[in-house]
Amino acid sequence: MSAAIERPRAEPSPDTQPYWDGLARGEILLQRCAECGKFRHYPRPMCDGCFSFTHTWVAASGAATVHSWTVTHHPFHPFFRAKLPYALVTADLPEGVRVLAPLDGVDPATLRIGLKLRLGVDAEGLPVLRGAE
Amino acid sequence: MGLRDVAAISGIGETSYRRGEAQGSSLSLTLQASLAAIADAGLYPRDIDGVIPIASGAVVAEDFITNFGIPDLRFSATTPMGGASPVAAIQCAAAAIAAGICRHVLLPIGRTGYSGARISTRVHQMPQFRVVGEFEMPLGGIAPAQLYAPMARRHMELYGTTSRQLAEIAVSTRNHAILNGNAAMTKPITIDDHQDSRMISDPLRLLDCSLESDGGAAVVISAADAARDMRRPRVLISGMAEGHPDSPSVITQRPELTRLGIAKAAPRAFAMAGVTHADIDVAEIYDCFTYIVLCQLEDLGFCAKGEGGAFVEGGALGLGGRLPVNTHGGLLSQAHMAGMNHIVELVRQLRGDGGAAQVAGAEIGLVTGYGDMGDGSIAIMRRG
Ligand SMILES: [Zn+2]
Repeated sequence: MSAAIERPRAEPSPDTQPYWDGLARGEILLQRCAECGKFRHYPRPMCDGCFSFTHTWVAASGAATVHSWTVTHHPFHPFFRAKLPYALVTADLPEGVRVLAPLDGVDPATLRIGLKLRLGVDAEGLPVLRGAE
Repeated sequence: MGLRDVAAISGIGETSYRRGEAQGSSLSLTLQASLAAIADAGLYPRDIDGVIPIASGAVVAEDFITNFGIPDLRFSATTPMGGASPVAAIQCAAAAIAAGICRHVLLPIGRTGYSGARISTRVHQMPQFRVVGEFEMPLGGIAPAQLYAPMARRHMELYGTTSRQLAEIAVSTRNHAILNGNAAMTKPITIDDHQDSRMISDPLRLLDCSLESDGGAAVVISAADAARDMRRPRVLISGMAEGHPDSPSVITQRPELTRLGIAKAAPRAFAMAGVTHADIDVAEIYDCFTYIVLCQLEDLGFCAKGEGGAFVEGGALGLGGRLPVNTHGGLLSQAHMAGMNHIVELVRQLRGDGGAAQVAGAEIGLVTGYGDMGDGSIAIMRRG
C-alpha cells in the first residue's frame, strides 16, 4: 500500500500565515500598507514604498485580467500528473498587484492579454481563476 | 575604467560531457575540471589563492584547501545567482584581484544533473526560491520551464514572436554542438523537429529546454600582468557587470515580464569595455531555454525589444551569420554546466582554439549568465 501523493506545500511564516488563514475562509487577502496605502503581494513584512511595517489585510475584489499564462503538459511533480494539461494564468488585479492561479472552466485557447476573469478560492482553499461570466 | 583589463582568463578546463563518460561525485567532477584548468594555465594547484565555488552547495572553498593543499587561501566568495553565478563570479574575482587580495582565482563547477537528482525539480531547496516555493509550487508552478513560460507567452502576444523563431535558436545551437565534439547531443535537428517535439509547458517544447548533465568545468582568472607570461595566451576581461530584474524572486510580480536583469548590466559592461555591439565577434549567451536567448539579445541591445524573433531568423546565430551564438552547443545541446561552459568556449574562441566551430578572426566576444528568475551577468573579453 503506497501513501497518497500529496500536493507540495511549504511552511508558512508569521509574515504569511494570515494569507493562508484567509484562503481557508475563502478569501484572497492582499496586504495594504497602513501608512501609505500601497498594496503588495506576495505577503512580506515591509512596504517597499515607505518602509512601514504596519499593514492591513484586504480581501481582493475578485476582478482580474489576463497578463500571461502557460499550459503545462509535463509532469514535473507526481501530484499534478492527473491534472495534465493544466493552465497557470498570471492576472492583473485592479488593486495593483498580480496573482498566479490555475485556470478553471475556461478553454486555454481563448486566453488573451486583457481577458477578464474572476479570482476566487477553490474547494481546497487555493486561488483559482474562472470565467468572468 | 572600473575593472577593465585588470584580470584575464589564464586557464580553462572541462570534463567530458558525452553521456555516460564523466564519472564521479559533483565534488570529484569539480576537482577534475579544476585540475584541468590549473594545468592549462601552467600553474600548480597550490598556486590558487582565491576560489569561488559555483552554485552547487555541496562544494565549498574548504574542499579546495583540503584537496589541493593550498597553503594560504586568501579569498573565497559565492555568487548565488543560479545560472548567472559563473559570469557574476568573474566580476567578483576581478574585483578581488584589483584590490590586491589574490592573484589566481579558481571558478569551478561540477554536477550530476543527469545521473543524480534532477536540478530542475529541486530548485526550491535554494533560498532564492522561498517565495515561489510557498505561493506558486502548491498551485502547480514547480519547474523553471513553467515559471519562465509566461515570459515567452507574453513576448509572443505582444510582439508576434513565434515558436518557429525559437526553433531557429535550438537548431543553430545543435549544429554547433555537433561541430564541438564534446557534447551530449550529436544528432542534427530541423525547425520541423522542434515543432514536432512534445510540449513541456506552452509555449516551451522539449527542444526549447536545456539538458541535465554530468560533468565539470572550471576557469582560472589571474591578474592581467601575471597572465601575460603564463602558459597560454591570456584573454583579457574588459567589461563586466551583474544586474537584477525588478521583483527578482517572483516573475509573477515583475512589472515588465519581458525585461531581464541583464538589461541593467549590459550598458555598464559595454561602457567599461569601451566597445560597441558591432565590435562583438562571438557571443556565448546563457540558454536554459531558447526564449531566454532571444530575450537577452534584446536586453543586451543587439536589437530593440520585440525584434528578437526577426533577429534570430535565417540562421543569424550560426557560424557565418550575423552574430554567431553558443558556438559550443550551449546548455541546449552541449551540457548544462550553469554557463561555465560558455565562459570556457568564449576563451577558446578568443584564443583561436574553436576548432571546427571557430569564428574566423574572433577578437572580442561576450558571455552572459542568467538565473534565479531573471538575474543577469555579462563579461566582455578580448584577445590579450
Ligand atoms: Zn507604505
